[in-house]
Amino acid sequence: MTDEHEQPDLACIDVVELVTDYLEGALPAATARRLEVHLETCPGCTEYVDQMRAVAGSLGGLPEDSLPPEVRDGLIAAFRGFRRHP
Amino acid sequence: MTEGNITALRRGDADAFATLIDRHSPAMIRVAMAYVPSRAAAEEAVQETWIAVMGGIDGFEGRSSLKTWIFRILTNVAMRSGARERRSVPFSALADAEDTGEPSVDPDRFLPLDHELFPGHWAMMPSRWPTPDEGLLAGETREVIAAAIADLPMAQRTVIALRDVEGWSSEEVREALEISAGNQRILLHRARSRVRNAIETYYGAVTAEPMDDTATKETDDRRA
Repeated sequence: MTDEHEQPDLACIDVVELVTDYLEGALPAATARRLEVHLETCPGCTEYVDQMRAVAGSLGGLPEDSLPPEVRDGLIAAFRGFRRHP
Repeated sequence: MTEGNITALRRGDADAFATLIDRHSPAMIRVAMAYVPSRAAAEEAVQETWIAVMGGIDGFEGRSSLKTWIFRILTNVAMRSGARERRSVPFSALADAEDTGEPSVDPDRFLPLDHELFPGHWAMMPSRWPTPDEGLLAGETREVIAAAIADLPMAQRTVIALRDVEGWSSEEVREALEISAGNQRILLHRARSRVRNAIETYYGAVTAEPMDDTATKETDDRRA
């Protein structure tokens, strides 16, 4: 708890490598605190973290390809037949 | 998926089966693609998996979630299919092969590490994106993002699709792909970093860091 004061400030070039671990809550507490201290005075890294958060949070609206409809319907028909005559 | 749904499947409820297919097939295709050489082969593996689920649901003991069980079957089917094509490696090996240790941001964007005042700090800061209120997927960036994801190496693409597109938890991704927590985060980080870079390139949005410009290339060029 005390030795964190002796560690040098994080540089921006380090912060950009730690962002995902930070957003995932996977950074050691002392490192997370150093990162937050850095963000308080660094608009560039604050913007960067916001952008990474925006990327992570926005992709849920992308469409994902599924099975071709005829394959899907074939499977459901097979399920009906299978369960009727197991 | 709740116990009630499993009961419905065992009872032969085709609607419950259809719901299950629609919910999981996109992610299953994503995962299968990491093991087999083509989209067609991935769809075949998914189809084969659903047939196995049909036949195995009565024997499913509920020691894992239904989702976990389905994806375990899928991985086995896809690995076997990939092995026939001499392509298949465990996902973790694919991930290791892809990891070139690339920096998340072009190092030229930062001041040198021996800079007197601001070592390793931004020389060209990221500037605020002109994102519409409706979000990144509302405008043309939607195509930029889709293209950036499609260009990712396979392991990164699979992880970002499962985590951020499908909304899986990190635990679910780790379990389905049999990778460590650390590996999962590295792949996610590389993938999100590349997508962020693609958006930034599209917006063309970088600004010179105002507090210090003596070390930037631009200044050197101007002097030259």
